[in-house]
Amino acid sequence: MSAETLARWQFAVTTIYHYLFVPLTIGLSMLVAGMQTAWYRTNDPRWKSLTKFFGKLFLINFAMGVVTGIVQEFQFGMNWSSYSRFVGDVFGAPLAMEGILAFFLESTFLGLWIFGWDRLPKKVHLACIWIAAIGTNLSAFFILAANSWMQHPVGYVLDPITGRARLTSIWAVLTNSTALVTIPHTLAAAFVMAGVFVLSISAWHLRKPNAGDLFRPTLKLGALTVLVAGLLTAVTGDLQARIMTEQQPMKMAAAEALYNTSAPASFSLLTIGSLDGSAEQWSLRVPHVLSFMATGDSNGKVEGINQLQKRYEASYGPGDYRPNIPLAYWTFRLMIGFGLVAAAGAAIALWLTRKGRQPSSALFWRIASWSLALPILANSTAWLFTEMGRQPWTVFGLLKTTESASPTVGPGMVATSFVTLTLLYGVLAVVEIRILLSAIGKGAAPPVIDLTDSGVAEPAFAY
Amino acid sequence: MPLYDFWFGLIAVLWIGYFVLEGFDFGVGMLIRYLGHDDTEHRVVLNTVGPLWDGNEVWLLVAGGATFAAFPDWYATLFSGFYLPLLLILVALIVRGVGFEYRGKRDSALWRRNWDVALLVGSAIPALLWGVAFANIVRGVPIDGHKEYTGGFFNLLNPYALLGGVVTLSVFLLHGALFISLKTRGEVSRRAHLLAGRLFPLVIPLAAGFLVWTLGQRWQPWAAVSSVVAAVALLAAWYADRAGRDGWAFAASAIAIASTVITLFACLFPAVMPSSTSSAFDLTVTNAASSHYTLMVMTWVAVLGTPVVLAYQAWSIWVFRARLGIEDIPAPAIDGSGARHPADANQA
Repeated sequence: MSAETLARWQFAVTTIYHYLFVPLTIGLSMLVAGMQTAWYRTNDPRWKSLTKFFGKLFLINFAMGVVTGIVQEFQFGMNWSSYSRFVGDVFGAPLAMEGILAFFLESTFLGLWIFGWDRLPKKVHLACIWIAAIGTNLSAFFILAANSWMQHPVGYVLDPITGRARLTSIWAVLTNSTALVTIPHTLAAAFVMAGVFVLSISAWHLRKPNAGDLFRPTLKLGALTVLVAGLLTAVTGDLQARIMTEQQPMKMAAAEALYNTSAPASFSLLTIGSLDGSAEQWSLRVPHVLSFMATGDSNGKVEGINQLQKRYEASYGPGDYRPNIPLAYWTFRLMIGFGLVAAAGAAIALWLTRKGRQPSSALFWRIASWSLALPILANSTAWLFTEMGRQPWTVFGLLKTTESASPTVGPGMVATSFVTLTLLYGVLAVVEIRILLSAIGKGAAPPVIDLTDSGVAEPAFAY
Repeated sequence: MPLYDFWFGLIAVLWIGYFVLEGFDFGVGMLIRYLGHDDTEHRVVLNTVGPLWDGNEVWLLVAGGATFAAFPDWYATLFSGFYLPLLLILVALIVRGVGFEYRGKRDSALWRRNWDVALLVGSAIPALLWGVAFANIVRGVPIDGHKEYTGGFFNLLNPYALLGGVVTLSVFLLHGALFISLKTRGEVSRRAHLLAGRLFPLVIPLAAGFLVWTLGQRWQPWAAVSSVVAAVALLAAWYADRAGRDGWAFAASAIAIASTVITLFACLFPAVMPSSTSSAFDLTVTNAASSHYTLMVMTWVAVLGTPVVLAYQAWSIWVFRARLGIEDIPAPAIDGSGARHPADANQA
């Protein structure tokens, strides 16, 4: 295998792994902050128990997000030095901003929150988790602005001397039309993940007939979060599809396995392609739907892969401009499918538990507990689709993946790094799941009415 | 001052922040078992950096991100060139970060012992390798006319760089011991104080030797000044430590680390990565820098953002200023909350 292929595998593995933790951090920080606010406002000790319980799970997960995040920053330089040289002037800025404006905020205030229960006044302590949550969401903003630039470069010129991208407007980069739909879409999807997490763990605790009702409010909170965030994910996803059709038509055509330009274009429910993905053999389609998705007009014209290939050859020179079509097609569908099932499941859970009802079916609770897999799969397939669908480009229209790798780093080195990190991540996954399960299993501390409510001597989460 | 000079200075500041801050938590990571003789004492040592280590590590992420933004060629050449050491550092940072968080999450002596080993190794490796890496940067490595690193892994293992590694390792160990001495009470503090006293006579000649060798390789008058400051600060730290002034001893060791970083950067300037192949191929603040516009944008972000960061990190250190003793450690931190809930006391 070439160094570039190995580097791509490493990027895929480390990014998807990193992104198992990121959406939980983004969404759960806000939900835990919400729970603590409920405690602060109502003084109901159940909310304190729930804050501490979900806070603990949040921290187990946060640690993994932090350590795997360092790899993300380093590997651009290690494996993709040509990419780094080409984009540094533009891409480095949001990355550095993320560090200065967001990472410091989230890590420092999270430290204050974890260890500050007995050191800070209640109100200040509550503010700490909110500031950490805001920092986390701010970091998503910057990194997605950077990624959106790779999907749709704006605010730059190609420097005639160096041949590299040079930033001309940071404002254009931060308000890139792609970023403006990608950021809400990704954040909403992160909240779906956090909502399902809270829902599924609450369900696991409520499954027994004598479970008590401590976790009922969080079951509802989780389900409502999933519903609202799911709706937002769908709306922003729809907007994103239109922008993608305009900016990266090949990605949309691949997502639909639409080989030939059509007006109106039908939506493929199932397409069987040739093994190499180069042609369609059979498909089941719903008329007009793709036209509407892609253009907002039910008779709109959607360009096909074959025509786009010719058009790209004319603009960018000879080459194969098609991404892996079966992969784009299936990840696109699985992303939508997993997301829809999660939202539908949340709606069902809300309905079945309305007005204090406690479903007796063991199957209901089992499904609710296992539903955590849905948003994980939706987020992972979504990133696979976004990044693989952009191929053969790293920066669309400007820099190909084949021109991005480090010229001085051989396959042996990348293989060493890839194997080391994959093994390490595998071991850590086992450790993390064990700790997470044991913390979930222990449950929340029973709520106790705090008689000495003087705002002091609340024991901290010490190591 | 041209913006690229300003950014060279700012990146030096970020590395100073990183080494001064993470320096002590590297030391703490290495000293858990040495200074703590039972589990509660281990936890006293560990908890001195509990709220701080993650924020300390962000200085590295920002130094990396700022280098990417301000000097893309420096970032690209350095990270692709120093591939294997950086991979080792990454693995070590991952293992120790997880170690901090997961060590107390299961009630098993074996589990805690394993994580203590992970914290020890995971702190020692970067403490050693950052010194090796920076010494190599200053010494110069093979770089060709395309700004690419042409050496291998073994180019990085020369006597000067290895000395640099030993110096950072031992200085961070000392810095950590002084930090623990300052931040704890009772036996743990006493042992840390004792260890620091034993480390000084070892660290001072090593550090002095490294600084002299550095100046011998790339003489710069300002670097000579900062080297003297570093040496005086180390001696002052020793004096303060012997006088039992923990706060002054720690502050002086922080100044020594900062002055050492300043020495290295002063020796580099105006190069950022000198080429040992030909000085014509040096990466410099001008040929590795981003455009003026990008540097301008980043300057605004840094000028507005950094003081705020410094303010709240200082506040965080202030909040957790109290010394820790064994009586501050909440009983069994088994379930990770660490918090002994009032209800638990009742049940017990």
